[in-house]
Amino acid sequence: MGRYVVRRLLQMIPVFLGTTFLIYFMVYQLGGDPISAMFGDKAADPVFVRQMREEYHLNDPLIVQYWYYLTGLLTGDFGTSFSGIPVADELKRAFPISIRLALIAFAIEIVVGVGAGLLAGLRRGKFADSVVLVTTLIVISIPVFVLGYVVQYWLGLKWQLFPATATPGDPTWEDLILPGIVLGSLSLAFVARLTRTSIAENMRADFVRTATAKGLPRRRVVTVHLLRNSLIPVVTFLGADLGALMAGAIVTEGIFNVDGVGRLIYLAVTKHENATVVGAVAALVIVYLVMNLIVDLLYAVLDPRIRYA
Amino acid sequence: MRGTTRVKWIAGASMIALAATACGGGDSGGGSGLPAGYYSASSTEPQNLLQPANANETGGFYPLSMMFRGLYTYDAKTGQVVPAMAESWTTTDNQNYTVKLKTGWTFHNGEPVNAKSYVDAWNWGALSTNKQLNSTWFQPIVGYDDVHPAEGEPKAKTMSGLQVVDDTTFTIKLTQPISAFQAQMGYTPFMPLPQAFYADPAKFGEKPVGNGPFQLDEKNGGWERKKSITVKKYDKYTGTDAAKSDGVRLVFYTTYDAAYTALRDNKLDVIDQIPVSAVGSFQQDLGNRAIVQPQLTIQKIGFPLYDAGWGTPGAAKVRQGLSMAINREEITKALYKGMEQPAVDWLAPGVPGHMDVCGETCKYDPAKAKALIAEGGGIPGGKLTIATNADGPHREWVTAVCNSINTALGSQACEPKLYPEFSVARKDITDKKMTGAYRTGWKADYPFPDNFLNDIYRTGAASNDSGYSNANFDNLAKQAQAAPNEAAALQLWQQAEKQLTQDLPSIPLWYYVTKAGSSTKVSNVSFDVFGNPEFTEVTVNK
Repeated sequence: MGRYVVRRLLQMIPVFLGTTFLIYFMVYQLGGDPISAMFGDKAADPVFVRQMREEYHLNDPLIVQYWYYLTGLLTGDFGTSFSGIPVADELKRAFPISIRLALIAFAIEIVVGVGAGLLAGLRRGKFADSVVLVTTLIVISIPVFVLGYVVQYWLGLKWQLFPATATPGDPTWEDLILPGIVLGSLSLAFVARLTRTSIAENMRADFVRTATAKGLPRRRVVTVHLLRNSLIPVVTFLGADLGALMAGAIVTEGIFNVDGVGRLIYLAVTKHENATVVGAVAALVIVYLVMNLIVDLLYAVLDPRIRYA
Repeated sequence: MRGTTRVKWIAGASMIALAATACGGGDSGGGSGLPAGYYSASSTEPQNLLQPANANETGGFYPLSMMFRGLYTYDAKTGQVVPAMAESWTTTDNQNYTVKLKTGWTFHNGEPVNAKSYVDAWNWGALSTNKQLNSTWFQPIVGYDDVHPAEGEPKAKTMSGLQVVDDTTFTIKLTQPISAFQAQMGYTPFMPLPQAFYADPAKFGEKPVGNGPFQLDEKNGGWERKKSITVKKYDKYTGTDAAKSDGVRLVFYTTYDAAYTALRDNKLDVIDQIPVSAVGSFQQDLGNRAIVQPQLTIQKIGFPLYDAGWGTPGAAKVRQGLSMAINREEITKALYKGMEQPAVDWLAPGVPGHMDVCGETCKYDPAKAKALIAEGGGIPGGKLTIATNADGPHREWVTAVCNSINTALGSQACEPKLYPEFSVARKDITDKKMTGAYRTGWKADYPFPDNFLNDIYRTGAASNDSGYSNANFDNLAKQAQAAPNEAAALQLWQQAEKQLTQDLPSIPLWYYVTKAGSSTKVSNVSFDVFGNPEFTEVTVNK
């Protein structure tokens, strides 16, 4: 087990290097001159552009720029944005916001999604099942921004149940409930459907029949035997989803005024701020890798047949 | 305001991404914790430290314009210069100026504002090693080349063209006569700085100390990164435009959609731009709190005159034909609900000298358009592309213009060419690598024809992206700049514009208007002709 974890952690190094280089390369390939673009439609001051390009090594070949970035990273320097703000500060500000938002969405996904899936799976073909199937189908078909504006209008403005827009720069937990619901809703539908199918299949499994035959109470059969074994595909999905919730929230973030990682990356891409883009995405890559590891370890917990040497 | 448009484009891009029906409303938001007597206004995080010569976008310009005052300000209604700190401004040749300051003005830390405050600040802003975005504003001053050389290190730290005479007097010497120099004095690079600035310019940039009607309110947060900037009324302000509220909080919203939602929920008091998604509905939503005011911004289509196809004499006829194939009335009505006005010249309403010089060349006339294009030898290459960046709100109107041209000519000759994002399009334009037309716009830095004409169409001018060069225009521009008085200058500029009508290096389309709004908690919300809120005028309802 310990060796397995160490091996997996070591594997992260080449993956990290590969992804950061790829991202660096892609932003580089966008072309254009970010420094001249700081002047908008007006003519850029050539002296300013020259000085800035030298300072940020923009005249060097891609591989040299990347090398500067990597060596900086080794000394804990994430680089600075063109306006002189350390990227580390930007990340420290944006990540806690996105993590909180992702956790709320994640919690909603697990509680409502698994709950609805369990209910539908146990009552397959009954009314409750149909309700879950139809609702999730609707949620899957609605584009996020439509859902976002509708939820914002009704729950936020009309009925005043939750804040409609988050406090600028410093959202509270309460502020994040509505965006959390919107953000989590799509995955919630997937989780519910995955759980439902898995439960429905395992209902006919040998171990469930055995547990029932042993005379165990139904509650124990469902929670310990049935649900635990049915959660493997769901956990796989949830693990990958946490990263997506943090990075892919740009539309939701925009509607509800949450200034998180999605927006940070978006703005940095438009400004060609390589250091910020790579820094933020690299952090997300690490989140993905760690989540993957946790998911793999969870398999062993959920299914006793799986062992890691 | 250089590049103001850029920031709005970025915001615009996110707006487009979200474009849908705008619903509104909600709780919490910018209003939380706002001291009594203060109001909130939407803005964006300053891109750079708050140093006067370092802001070329709305986010930096707003706080600087609230906390600093220079020699002149601009009249909100007309855009004309009105004295702020200038007691007198004398010149006989438009090249050598003597400036006398009013007395009694102080910085927020109590230091008196004197001639040295100005001269030192300008020298610092011009010095290339200080890397100020707006250094080029000092270019006309003698000695600029020494502090801001094109190559290598600066040879001097101060410009010889600036001399302190006594406590309240200093002189400016320019390399050549510029009649509009006075009109530039209200812009932020020309603001004075206290001596405390030079000890630590970076720290000062976080906590600026100015001489304007508002001062940084550190007790209520000051500048909180990515969140807000709070300023309060400066009680010892001597100018005529003292603040009528106790303070202002500039709040940074992620999108104009979110800001608009907060405004409708009374969590935000002043919004400086209505999101694209709500342009059609905001007047209904806000009623008498909706604001529509003209501003000094023009939208145009530029042409690469350096390109073999577009550089021929006949191509001017083709451009005239294309201009007459664009139904400006209909496009502005469809896209902007008729709020934007079709263009009739290369200036903007409110700029002195603005009048209909374009005439029938800017009027829709499909028959004549066809004839002119045929006469000019047809569209070069048979195809007209209009380039625009896809990450902003410009794609829609470019498509509309192309549709109009195609309908008028009865062909499929015109199509938009989409660049993934702004800086990529911008690079091809400044590198003079365009082969087709491109969208271009101009927002006034100062309200005088120089800014709309000389800075764009004179041979070799910094923003002459089309490569336009005409001896008659250059001659008229030079004369106009050296003209003894404004009336003479304006007449010369109008003649210069007539030359543009013949050559049509760019096609004027329409002038923009400010679309904004306010909450029920504030009154007297108005915008100046540059599209900026008049922060000092707003009052908070009791």
